[in-house]
Amino acid sequence: MSTLPPTPAGRVARIALAGNPNTGKTTLFNRLTGLSAKVGNYPGVTVESESGTLRLAAAGEVELADVPGTYSLTARSAEEQLAIAAICGLPPVERPDLVLLVVDATQLTRNLYLALQVIETGVPVVVALNMWDMLPGIGLEIDAAALAHELGVPVVPISAQHGQGIEPLRAALARALAEPASAQPGPRWVPDSPQLRADIASVASALPAAWKVEDPRRREALALWALLSLDEKDELTGAPQALRDVVLARRGAASSAGRELDAEIIRGRYEWIDGRAPRFLRQRAQVATSRTDKVDRVLLHPVFGFSVFLLAMGLVFQSLFSWADPAIGAIESVVGWFKELVVARLPEGLVADFVGDALIEGVGSVVVFLPQIVLLFLFIGLMEDSGYMARVAFLMDRLMKAIGLHGRAFVPMMSGFACAVPAILATRTMERQRDRMLTMLVVPLMTCSARLPVYSLLIAALFPPSELFGFVPVQGLLMVGMYLFSTVVALAVAAVLGRTLFKGPSVPLLLEMPPYRMPDLRSVAAMVWRKSRVFLTEAGTVILACTVVMWGLLSFPHDAESEARFDARASELALSGADEAALAELDHERAAAALEHSFGGRLGRAIEPAIEPLGFDWKIGVGLLGAFAAREVFVSTMGVVYGMGGDVDDQTTGLRQRIQQEARVDGAPVYTPLVGLALMVFFALACQCMSTIAVVKRETRSWRWPVFLFVYTGALAWLCAFAVYQGGLALGLG
Amino acid sequence: MTSLDLLSPGARARLVSIGGERAFRCRLMELGLLPGTPVRLVRKADLGGVLELEVRGCRLTVRHGEARSLAVVPLEG
Repeated sequence: MSTLPPTPAGRVARIALAGNPNTGKTTLFNRLTGLSAKVGNYPGVTVESESGTLRLAAAGEVELADVPGTYSLTARSAEEQLAIAAICGLPPVERPDLVLLVVDATQLTRNLYLALQVIETGVPVVVALNMWDMLPGIGLEIDAAALAHELGVPVVPISAQHGQGIEPLRAALARALAEPASAQPGPRWVPDSPQLRADIASVASALPAAWKVEDPRRREALALWALLSLDEKDELTGAPQALRDVVLARRGAASSAGRELDAEIIRGRYEWIDGRAPRFLRQRAQVATSRTDKVDRVLLHPVFGFSVFLLAMGLVFQSLFSWADPAIGAIESVVGWFKELVVARLPEGLVADFVGDALIEGVGSVVVFLPQIVLLFLFIGLMEDSGYMARVAFLMDRLMKAIGLHGRAFVPMMSGFACAVPAILATRTMERQRDRMLTMLVVPLMTCSARLPVYSLLIAALFPPSELFGFVPVQGLLMVGMYLFSTVVALAVAAVLGRTLFKGPSVPLLLEMPPYRMPDLRSVAAMVWRKSRVFLTEAGTVILACTVVMWGLLSFPHDAESEARFDARASELALSGADEAALAELDHERAAAALEHSFGGRLGRAIEPAIEPLGFDWKIGVGLLGAFAAREVFVSTMGVVYGMGGDVDDQTTGLRQRIQQEARVDGAPVYTPLVGLALMVFFALACQCMSTIAVVKRETRSWRWPVFLFVYTGALAWLCAFAVYQGGLALGLG
Repeated sequence: MTSLDLLSPGARARLVSIGGERAFRCRLMELGLLPGTPVRLVRKADLGGVLELEVRGCRLTVRHGEARSLAVVPLEG
């Protein structure tokens, strides 16, 4: 493919796709790039950037880079700053050759505010006037040619969802790339007040050279940007102190002269828009009640709305919790089948063990998350695209705000009850880094489904079925209690972290309630595909590496002496004609001895002093280490430790009995109900799940937060288990 | 003159001034909510503690506390 037009560096031309949120920008992006889109990351912040290849008949292949949706280029946080960086090409983001600006035709004047800002920067602009097909329904009429005349840039009416106007849009993009001047009209609104002009000139002279401000128009646009963006409390990066000083001095001086700089600039742009609107925008008929209004009367109703909300959330939860099960089971059987197939063809020994138990099982432990990830993102995509997610935030704002979280944190928090891995990936739906971090750090505390086998084994083994007050089953009560306990702790931790470590400036809630729209299934499917691919390639590799390390820890070093002893006993048994059961028994004994001798076994012994105050012995310590691969592995590790082989589950009666009978040197039972409770409390809080750690690493792009998560949950788990065990002993419950 | 949170659902008003922090004022103005702009209170979510308003054909939500800093003059009809 040709890579015309040649750009200064001789690279492929780059088009930045910008627009307000909820304008169908993502739908257009998917329509233009298909499945070619790749997920990258903006430098310095944990914001994903998506870019794909766009084929233009005349200009060949160009790169289309999605800019996060924004109402304005004005920024306060490092994330909001991405919009100006991506459009103007501020370091470290490269300057685009063209901006494709998606404008929602049904909300034209507000969308034009961003259009004016983008045009001011001097970059060539093509406007895609989306939702064109919806105008008659709301009684609006737009003269696209008149709008193009006023803006001075090409305007193409489209419907991204129905694929209308896409070819004319491609043609307009190719033309604008070939003749950039035709899409660079210069600023539309020019401030005319002498005082404001002086403010702009003064700020412009303080702009850093790194922002490439040779062009006077660009200089003026960036000065206006700085005047609106910089203040005492902003969290912007790369703005030199000298620039800040000038902006603050100018704003202060204006304020003492009774002027309000922000209002002058913003009003100036809106007056330009409102003054010219009659030339291109006509309201033909007042529509009485829109469809969205009718739907919202039900969905935001204090009673019906909440019922529908609970129903919808129940559906999402149910799907993660049980509908994903058949797919998970199928993946596990395919992995098991494949492992047998491969291992049978390898010579018995270390290589076969490595390929089977470390590599194949490791890949399996990554892929097994896919059903839940796909389902959760399918629901999130449908809720976002239809406009329902904004209503969820609306309904949940007060509750979530009380614990310092965003209304949008609700869906990830709830998904955490199924599995923390997809839930952490889902924190992406929140814009602010602070909200994402906070949610990510408490989600692993929710009772995920992997904890259930552990609880169920311990409860069944240590708490005989009985009824409280004659009718409340104790076993069920304990299970419910564990759910309540983890939820209360998660909310409390969120409240504490939100007021300490993540104490940011409280951002006023300003949400848009987009009209309800039919979700675009292609767009949702493309999003699910990208999320799954990113998980497999980025988080998956870390999980696989951890699996291999865990396997090494639990398999090495070999004890040649003991192996030889077991070999001798095995041949003895075989000679004496012993039955299968006796041989299996010996195998289990051998596995237990090998585990005890391994690094993992030694580590279990080494940490015994640390876990003794919790009532745990070294064997439980080994189980805790094994559980780091995945919590449910605790059950099979305990099976190996107790010489019963790894092929046990929480329903195995033998394992339950073994747990009841396990005794200390002095003959006292290891597991009392109190130890069981302390162990469950430990499991409820400790983030001993390498997949969670891997996903947090991938989402935060550093090891700092996963380490923090591991340490704080570990400390919390130890303290609570300590309090339960020692408190119980003091009360004479031991 | 009154404040936005005191309007009843469905009422129309003209915005007179915006109080509160500079960031909040700027954000509202950039969304087209400048002094002089007509607004309509669409609904109050008593459980959510949030108000929904309509400006320039767009729906926005603000919290009760922040709506208190929006001074408005009620309009007829």
